[in-house]
Amino acid sequence: MSRVAVLKGGRSLERNVSLTSGARVQDALERLGHEVVAIDAGHDLVARLRDAAPDVAFVALHGRDGEDGTVQELLELVGVPYTGSGVSSCIRCADKVLAKHAFRDAGLPTPDFFAFSEAAFKQLGAADALPAIEERLDFPIVVKPARQGSALGIKFARSAADVPGALVAAFSYDGKVLLERHVRGRELAVSVLDGEALPVVEAIPRDEDFFDFEARYEIGRTDYVCPAELGDGVTERVQETALAAYRLLGCRGFARVDLILDAAGVPQLLEVNAVPGLTETSLLPQAAEAAGITFDELVGRVIELARA
Amino acid sequence: MSRSSKHPGRSARDLERYAGLFAQRTKVMTSSAMRDLMAITERPEVISLAGGLPDTSTFPADSYAAIMQRVAAESCARALQYGPTEGLAVVKRCIAEVMAEEGTAVDVDDVLVTTGGQQVIDLMCKTLIDPGDVIVAEAPTYPGAIPAFTSYQADVVQVGVDADGMRIDELEATLDRLERERRRPKFVYTVPTFQNPAGVTMSLPRRRRLVELAAERELLVLEDNPYGLLRYEGEPLPTLRSLDTEEFVVYLGTFSKILSPGVRLGWAAAPRPVLQKMNVGKQAVDLCSSSMTQCFVAAYFDSGRWQDYLGSLTAIYRRRRDTMLAALADCFPPESEWTRPQGGLFLWATLPDYLDTTDLLARALQENVAFVPGRAAFLDGRGGSEMRLNFSGVGEDEIREGVRRIGEVVREQVELYGTLTGRPAAPAAARRSEPGGAPANVVRMRRRAS
Repeated sequence: MSRVAVLKGGRSLERNVSLTSGARVQDALERLGHEVVAIDAGHDLVARLRDAAPDVAFVALHGRDGEDGTVQELLELVGVPYTGSGVSSCIRCADKVLAKHAFRDAGLPTPDFFAFSEAAFKQLGAADALPAIEERLDFPIVVKPARQGSALGIKFARSAADVPGALVAAFSYDGKVLLERHVRGRELAVSVLDGEALPVVEAIPRDEDFFDFEARYEIGRTDYVCPAELGDGVTERVQETALAAYRLLGCRGFARVDLILDAAGVPQLLEVNAVPGLTETSLLPQAAEAAGITFDELVGRVIELARA
Repeated sequence: MSRSSKHPGRSARDLERYAGLFAQRTKVMTSSAMRDLMAITERPEVISLAGGLPDTSTFPADSYAAIMQRVAAESCARALQYGPTEGLAVVKRCIAEVMAEEGTAVDVDDVLVTTGGQQVIDLMCKTLIDPGDVIVAEAPTYPGAIPAFTSYQADVVQVGVDADGMRIDELEATLDRLERERRRPKFVYTVPTFQNPAGVTMSLPRRRRLVELAAERELLVLEDNPYGLLRYEGEPLPTLRSLDTEEFVVYLGTFSKILSPGVRLGWAAAPRPVLQKMNVGKQAVDLCSSSMTQCFVAAYFDSGRWQDYLGSLTAIYRRRRDTMLAALADCFPPESEWTRPQGGLFLWATLPDYLDTTDLLARALQENVAFVPGRAAFLDGRGGSEMRLNFSGVGEDEIREGVRRIGEVVREQVELYGTLTGRPAAPAAARRSEPGGAPANVVRMRRRAS
C-alpha cells in the first residue's frame, strides 16, 4: 500500500467542488488501505509535499492552478508521480481556445469560433471585427472565458446588443475569451479511463429556457441519463470522437470530454476536462458506475495508472 | 468492509447515500456558482465588504469579565438551568427598555425571547406558512431571509423598493393581483429602517399606509428592525408596531447589533394569538433560548451603560459610512449610483446594466476584495448589476482600500465596454465628492418601473 497525498481546495473559483472531490477520494483511498495525507493547495504546497514525501499524489484540484498544468509542473519538480494528465496536456485542456484549435487542425468537429485577448480589443481595434464575427457565427453566440472550468462567466448573446456585456463578463475570469457558434443538440459527456471510453452521459435540462446557463447547474434543474439512449452506431461514434480528442491532447489516466450531438448526428467537441469532478453528483463517477466500476475501484485504477 | 450496505462504494460523506431520505424543502434553490464564489470571500487575505458583521472589537474586555463574574456570583444556577420558553422576565424588561428607546411601547407579555432575530423569521414561517403560501418581501430583500422562506416552501413575491423604502403602490397592486389569482399572502416581510440590503428607510406616509393596508386586508406585517437604533443622522421615524392600532404587526428585534450577535438573542413582539403559536413552535425547536446569555444581557442592562456603548458603536459606524461614501465618490465611475443610508450597516450600489456583479465578484476576488452580488437579494434573477456593500465589519483604511479596488475593476469593465461598443466611457474623475458631501436626505437609488 502507498502513501498518497490528496491535493484539494486551492485558490481557484472551483475550490468548493474540489474540497468535495478530494474528501471523497480520501475516503476511497483509506478504504483501499492507503495512507492518506490531505493537502489544501496553498502557499506551502511545495514544502508540504517535500515533508509528506508521498509515493504518489492524487490531484483533486479543479480550475486554475490545479487543472492547468501549474501544480503538475511543481509535482514534476518535486519528483512526485501524480494522477491524470501531464503538464502540456493540462495546458491544452484548460485553455478552450488551444484545445479547439487543435481539434480544428486535426479535422475533429468543433463548433465554429473566434477568440480574442483583452489586448486585441483595447489595442488592436478588434471591436470593429465584431459585426463580421456575428455574421459568421449567427445568433445566439456563446461567449466563454478561455480558461474557466465551471459555468461561471458563460453567457448566451441573443443579439449584437448582448455581445459587449457578455464579453466583459467573460473577461472577468480570463484575459482571453471565446465566441462560439451555438450548436443545438444533445449535450453529452464521455468519461475516459485509461484510454477507454465509459458509457455516455446525457444532460437533459428540465426547463425550456436553456439559455440560463447558471440555473442549469442548480440542483434538480438538469437530469442526467447514463448510458445515454443514442441510436445504433451513434454511441460508438460519440465515444470515438471523444477518444480522438483525449489522444490528440495527450491525456493520461482519466479525463472527461464534453460534446454536443448536432442535428446531423455529428458529435461536436466542446472541451476536455483534465481533472473532472469526482463529487457524488459528478459525471465521471456516474459513468464509471454504469460500467460496473465502483468509486473505490475508479480511484484505485487512477492511482495505479499514475504509478505505472 | 464488514458493514452491509446497498452501495458499498459510498461513504458516509456522500450526499447520494441519503438522497432518497431528504425532504423536498431541503432543495433550497441557490446557484452553486454563487455559493462557490461566496465561499472564497472568506479567505483571510480578502477585504470583505460582503459580510454583515457588527464590530465587537471595542466592547471593553473588563466589562465583559465583570458581567460574567456577576452572573457567576448572583445567578449561577439560573444561568446553567433551562428557562421559560418565552424568555426570562428580566430580559423582557430589557427588551421593553430597548423598544422604548425607539418610542415603541410594549407589554412584556407580548414578547417572546428568541435565539437571534433569525429565529423570529423561522417561527413566523413555521407558524403561518403552508407550502405554496405567499410571502410578500421587498426587492431587494434580506438575503438571509430567503433560505428561511424557501425551506418552508413559501412562494415569495417581491415588491420594489425606492429611496423611500418599499413601494406601497406596487404592494397594493401586487396584493390585488394575488387576490385575483386566488393566492393567499400570509405576511409582508419588511426591514423598514436602514434596510438590508438597500440601506433605505421607509417614509412616514408609507409606514402609515402599510399598517392600514395590513388591517384592511387582514394580513400580517413582519417588521424586521435590527438597525433602528443605529442612526447616524436625521430624525427617527416611528416603528410600524408603534403605528399599529389593529394588531397586525409582528415586530422583530435583536441584541445582535446593539450589544453582540454572540449572545444569540432576539425577540418577537406580536399579537397574543400569533405569539402563542410561535411559542409552541419554539418549544419544538429549542425549548428556550440560552439562559446563560440571557443572564449576561440582564446583568449588562442592569449596569445602565448600554446606551453609552450604543453611542460609541454609532460613532464608529457613522465614520465608516462616511468613509465608504467618500471612497465611492472618489473611486466609482460616474455611471454608477448608490444609496446614502442614514443608519444601519449597508448600502446598495447600482452599476450600469451591462455589468454583471456576479462576474465582477470573480474579478474583484483576484484583487482580494469582496461584496455581495445583487442577485443574492432576489429570488427571480434580478439584481444582476447591483451589489451590497457593508461598512460596519472592517476599519476605515480597509473600507477605503476595498472600495478603491472594487472601483478599479468596475472602471476597467466600464472602459472595456466602451471600447467594445465604440462609445468610450466618460472621464473617470468626473464626480469627485463635493465638499461637505451630499445633503443628508439625498438618497441615490433608481426608481424601478415594477
